[in-house]
Amino acid sequence: MSTLLEVSGVTVSFDGFRAINNLSFQIGRAELRAVIGPNGAGKTTFMDIVTGKTRPDDGHILWGDKSISLVGMSEAKIVQAGIGRKFQKPTVFEDQSVQENLLMALRKNRSPLSVLFYRPNAADLARVAELAAEIGLDDALLRLSGELSHGQKQWLEIGMLLAQDPRLLLVDEPAAGMTPAEREKTTTILKEAAKTRAVVVVEHDMEFVRRLNCKVTVLHEGAVLAEGSLDHVTKNQDVIDVYLGR
Amino acid sequence: MNRSFIARNPSVLVFLSLLALFTLTVSVLAEGFGVGLISTSFVKTLGKTLCLCLIAVAMDLIWGYTGILSLGHFAFFGLGGYMIGMWLMYERTRQIVVTSLADGVLPPTPEEVEAAIGNQIFGVVGSSDFPLIWAFADSLTLQLALVVIVPGVLALVFGWLAFRSRVTGVYLSILTQAMTLGLSLYLFQNASGLRGNNGLSGLQNLPGITAPQSAVSLWFFWASALALGLGYLLVAWVVSGKFGSVIRGIRDNEARVRFLGYSVESYKLAVFTLTACISGIAGALYYPQAGIINPAEVAPIASIYLAVWVAIGGRGRLYGAVIGTAFVSLVSSWFTGGQAPDINLGFYTVKWVDWWLILLGLSFVLVTLYAPRGMSGLIDALPRRKGEDA
Ligand SMILES: Nc1ncnc2c1ncn2[C@@H]1O[C@H](COP(=O)(O)OP(=O)(O)OP(=O)(O)O)[C@@H](O)[C@H]1O
Ligand SMILES: [Mg+2]
Repeated sequence: MSTLLEVSGVTVSFDGFRAINNLSFQIGRAELRAVIGPNGAGKTTFMDIVTGKTRPDDGHILWGDKSISLVGMSEAKIVQAGIGRKFQKPTVFEDQSVQENLLMALRKNRSPLSVLFYRPNAADLARVAELAAEIGLDDALLRLSGELSHGQKQWLEIGMLLAQDPRLLLVDEPAAGMTPAEREKTTTILKEAAKTRAVVVVEHDMEFVRRLNCKVTVLHEGAVLAEGSLDHVTKNQDVIDVYLGR
Repeated sequence: MNRSFIARNPSVLVFLSLLALFTLTVSVLAEGFGVGLISTSFVKTLGKTLCLCLIAVAMDLIWGYTGILSLGHFAFFGLGGYMIGMWLMYERTRQIVVTSLADGVLPPTPEEVEAAIGNQIFGVVGSSDFPLIWAFADSLTLQLALVVIVPGVLALVFGWLAFRSRVTGVYLSILTQAMTLGLSLYLFQNASGLRGNNGLSGLQNLPGITAPQSAVSLWFFWASALALGLGYLLVAWVVSGKFGSVIRGIRDNEARVRFLGYSVESYKLAVFTLTACISGIAGALYYPQAGIINPAEVAPIASIYLAVWVAIGGRGRLYGAVIGTAFVSLVSSWFTGGQAPDINLGFYTVKWVDWWLILLGLSFVLVTLYAPRGMSGLIDALPRRKGEDA
């Protein structure tokens, strides 16, 4: 399987503290991957680096067919290149409707001038309705997203990611604060999304990771501790010591 | 700007109708046109208020919708005023000079005319040469273009430097205050080329127009109403679609918008520049009605007042900005203009000229704390009450 994203030898320090230490990571074109690890392992920081929020001190990040380097690209350019991200805390635009949120995310020209003259056409509205159905919000299109439940906001955010039609989806703790039923639905959405694109899911909840049923990467102190199937990594003594054993 | 835009935003239609009605009423009652119930000076006050409402609409776009608390938009307003003031003063002085020199034996040479105009205009600052910035002062067309270009370019350069460095929040507000302070200090200098603290005066006299002020005041009143109407329509349209979604998103969570792939800086710069241009136009209409512009107009406090008006009216709603500005600035000129009767408490006399500011400051604090939607919050409550009655 050819790689979509290749991170190699990346290091980041905050005031001398190495949050990411010589990290290497690869993911293929249509792959679902779970990233687990103790608090402070560097999972969120890893996403910050890939999305251009944090600049690595060292290392390479290569993207796509032409293996272009993402280091030094602006956040907006990286998104436009096809990387979408969901934050740990659900962040939707609360005083706008579900439809407005999704329309904003829809893959379209994002320059101020073209956005100024943009008016949604029937196809755009149909796509938004389709996305809303995928995330179970088809009845809530015109509701303010601030009125949604916590779980629904998480889904809306995932829907906004899908609307961008990214080739790589980075999802930080999507199931945090969800009810078991909501978790199950989230699993389905993510697995469905990973059929046509790469999806990286950071999650603490082992049950959730098991249901994702995919390859797992364990991070610890900013580096990869183990990688493989969930059963494989949970048998790894190092992983048991630093993460599972606690 | 098609029909469906108006149809989707009934408040715009309501506002424009009310504005038209107001303009008509004032015209009919005015001295220069109708029955004379409204004095010329009050027509000017109302016209100036419309200009303040226009800059308030711009302020609402940059602050209420985009979340950038600019405390420098009066600098753009003042610059617009200076640009039109230069032509008004130059042209009127030229006509006076030409008339007076025509009495001489020999017809004056262009150099003599130029020198005499220079003397008239710059005598107060001990000079008679035209500074370079007056190069286009003889052309109404060019000075009108500069009304938009000068504030626009200043905003573009300032905004580019500030937004690119990701200066946000209170730091950006401070930076905009520094910009307006810098501009006003520069203008105060005699060497600024704009007559230092004398400013530009006699702006109420239109060159070559012999109509009385009672008529001229109405022309400017109408022009101000038209500018406010068009400005309101433009801004309402800008915030109505996806552009409005994006800038409100920037206001609420800038990082999130960035991770949707939007270049937040470009949007901020576009809005900052657009609002600066609108402010320039508002200023260019305001100062001919005021008759004089001087550097004190650009003082940092003016831009802070603007924020107070918009906050009291209710930001994030264009009509809120208009209501707040019209109400507060009219009440303010009543209190500070000496019309409000002082209250004698026996041991202390409440002088409104002093106490008005405290009252204003207090209402600002109260509105911020207890009514973040300002006066327009009352309007928002209306339809709901009606619905309950039904
Ligand atoms: N901007 C920053 N400045 C200083 N330290 C930081 C910064 N960002 C992250 N860190 C530190 O880097 C380490 C890795 O943090 P990170 O948020 O990536 O962990 P995580 O694996 O996502 O943890 P969690 O499971 O709690 O979300 C932590 O020790 C954190 O305190
Ligand atoms: Mg994290």
